[in-house]
Amino acid sequence: MTALLKLTGISKIYPAVVANDAIDLTVMPGEIHAVLGENGAGKSTLMKIIYGVTAPDAGTLEWLGTETRIRNPAHARALGIGMVFQHFSLFDTLTVAENIALAMKGSVKSITPRITAASKRFGLNVEPDMRVQSLSVGERQRVEILRCMLQEPKLIIMDEPTSVLPPQGVSDLFRTLKKLASEGIGILFISHKLDEIRELCDVATVLRHGKVTGTTVPREETSKSLARMMIGRDLPHAENRGSPEQGKVRLTVSKLNYAPEDLFATPLENVSLNLHAGEILGIAGVSGNGQNSLVGLLSGETILPDAQAACICLNGTELGSSGPTDRRALGLHFVPEERLGRGAVPEHDLSENSLLTGFGSGLAKFGFLDLAGMKRFSSETIEAFDVRCGGPNSAAQSLSGGNLQKFIVGREIALRPEVLIVSQPTWGVDVGAAAAIRQKLIDLRDEGVAILVVSEELEELFEISDRLHVMFRGRLSPSVKTRMTNVEDIGLAMTGDFQRLETPATPSVVEHA
Amino acid sequence: MRKIYLEPRTERSAFAPFLVSMLAVGLTIIAGSGLFLIYDKSPIAGFHAIFIEPLLSSYGIGEILLKLGPLLLIAQGLAIGFRARVWNIGAEGQLIIGAILASVVAIYFDGSTSSLLLPAMVLAGALGGMGWAGIAAWLRTRYNANEILVTFMLSSIALQILYYLVTGPLRDPQGFNFPQSITFSAAATFPILIENTRVNASLIIALVVSVVAWVFMQRSLMGYKLVVGGMAPQAARYAGFGEKRAIWLALLVGGAAAGVAGVGEVAGPLGMLQRTISPGYGFTAIIVAFLGGLHPIGIVFSSLLMALIHVGGDFARLSVGLPSAVTDIFQGLLLTFYLASSLLLTHRLRLRKSDPAFAVGAAE
Repeated sequence: MTALLKLTGISKIYPAVVANDAIDLTVMPGEIHAVLGENGAGKSTLMKIIYGVTAPDAGTLEWLGTETRIRNPAHARALGIGMVFQHFSLFDTLTVAENIALAMKGSVKSITPRITAASKRFGLNVEPDMRVQSLSVGERQRVEILRCMLQEPKLIIMDEPTSVLPPQGVSDLFRTLKKLASEGIGILFISHKLDEIRELCDVATVLRHGKVTGTTVPREETSKSLARMMIGRDLPHAENRGSPEQGKVRLTVSKLNYAPEDLFATPLENVSLNLHAGEILGIAGVSGNGQNSLVGLLSGETILPDAQAACICLNGTELGSSGPTDRRALGLHFVPEERLGRGAVPEHDLSENSLLTGFGSGLAKFGFLDLAGMKRFSSETIEAFDVRCGGPNSAAQSLSGGNLQKFIVGREIALRPEVLIVSQPTWGVDVGAAAAIRQKLIDLRDEGVAILVVSEELEELFEISDRLHVMFRGRLSPSVKTRMTNVEDIGLAMTGDFQRLETPATPSVVEHA
Repeated sequence: MRKIYLEPRTERSAFAPFLVSMLAVGLTIIAGSGLFLIYDKSPIAGFHAIFIEPLLSSYGIGEILLKLGPLLLIAQGLAIGFRARVWNIGAEGQLIIGAILASVVAIYFDGSTSSLLLPAMVLAGALGGMGWAGIAAWLRTRYNANEILVTFMLSSIALQILYYLVTGPLRDPQGFNFPQSITFSAAATFPILIENTRVNASLIIALVVSVVAWVFMQRSLMGYKLVVGGMAPQAARYAGFGEKRAIWLALLVGGAAAGVAGVGEVAGPLGMLQRTISPGYGFTAIIVAFLGGLHPIGIVFSSLLMALIHVGGDFARLSVGLPSAVTDIFQGLLLTFYLASSLLLTHRLRLRKSDPAFAVGAAE
């Protein structure tokens, strides 16, 4: 059988980095082929080369046995290569059919029956007349896949498709992918989640620092051995002895209702929670369910009207209507999910970025900058958190995502918070830095700081948090002790079924251990 | 096939801003040569008249310093706002209102010999400029009205107010119906700084303001907040730097500087309020601010260059016979080339084999 796609010695060199170094990769028809690697291992560059976004500097690409130079994405699509991006490219205000029609020849009317037929055939349940804005993330992804399928591709590239799905959605997706593969379609599945790859994929090509470190059958590997191929050593794990006991209540949110100005953002409905000293409280949920609104209200980036000031209290002080500066003065610090442009000013160096939240803690005196103090503060943070960079004078944008996140988390911890709110602490961060950040959060918890972590990564929440809430369509589930619940129950809650969290479950640790 | 591509810079060079300004000047000279040839004039004579002749006489240097004052002052004020991404392009109007208020003080206290009269006029001018810019700040923060349009249109309104006042309430009763006020007394005008020139003490204000602007932008927390607000609005919100305060501050600083520049004109070379106060200093200062890289030190050099072109244009008209529009054309060329070259601050040119990534545009 001829290979669908065969790459030989593909290399791509960017000014600062060798992204791909002599990569070989073969995809057969009907094969689900994983491309596994950390952030920055060169996965995205390789996919861009296959999809015609970027040209390789060296190497050959064979498509169906003939050497081919893919000129651009349109050429790739014409050849039969489709791609489903991690971040969706759909218009919210258009219907499913209209969105799909935009990418194809033919009218909305002529395409609608084809959509219905395809959605039946592949088990991708989607209503063509629905507006995209009212679809869940999983449904939107199905639209993306359908749009890709209607162009009858022979090879589909999927970039981290499960990162936006609840656990149940993941198994739906896997069923669809297996069905597609059984019809002879090749699938390139990009991920860094080892369990998923072992469950789904026939072959895995592992990348590290732009090189192939192995091609293997993932079912025959353990997560440990795959991880070793991926990062070159054992997967680091944060050490969590569990919180000794809950301390005093630090932060309370009570009966918080909030309608965001942005019509497409999720309003909050009667959200209440208590955050205690010495605990990590996790908020799980698929993104887009109101987490951003909640986090903005807690950080003070969004301010409530005075009448609602009592909805958020820190150590008994009402601060729902105070800004971030006042909240920081009271000991509430925040690490946002966007690092460049929100947590740090990209063009500024680390020293200047320490001033961003540190200006109230002695880095500015009588309205003037304490340049020496800023430098000292940032040097100490760089050292304490092992931030790999050129020093306090490195621009924030010159750091890798993981190192910048270490700096931002380090900065907020160095400012001695009583309450720390962290949004997506390890989103897009490499495994080593992620483990370091989680460990720092646990250590901080052990020192008695109250920590709230909002994350999409369930594994992470199960690893570090003491209690969990789940957020769905602006509502917050009752909290449950992490060791009293399991991934299935949380997964159900992520799709809106809070029932199993409401009735205290029998300790499922034993059952599911 | 080899083509030229634009590629984002991974690191910024410290010399880039300087090189970009030099490149813009170089391109202006090339384009200017073409212009001279069209007029059938020798480019060498043309450039000599514009860039060299003014520097050869004390009269020329005096005129350059006279123009330097208002350009420098206004540009420093505007640059602070521009760094915060607040686009005040109505400095001309703020200058006019500042000049009017200062004139009202001068006319009301005519005959006074108090040494407080001039400081009072400067204060009135600053308040006038701030008030005029404050209208734009209020409309922007209250109704989200675009400050570019508001400041620009307020300039036209300011001009009409000026026309009304010099032909009506503030007209010199013994002035044979000329549209101008009485001549200000000595106590209401800036003392001459250099003998036999028109350079007056308002230049000192501009120089002091330049130093203050440097300290403010490079060393003060308020300046830092403004810059963060302009560069990364989300980071500013995260840090808790109020956006409304930044807008107010940016506009008021620019307005105050422009207002004081207006005082420098009526209490300087003009010595009275008349229909024409400024040859467009408020607009030229926008070019000066950008050409100086929005940096207080850069602006000192760019305002010198613009003042030179201003004066040189007059020299070129007299000695080479070029039309007076040559000044405007050179300023326009300089700004255009500067804006085009400033792409090289963030990108660099590379020669290499064709790469579809750049031909198609990012597909991601």
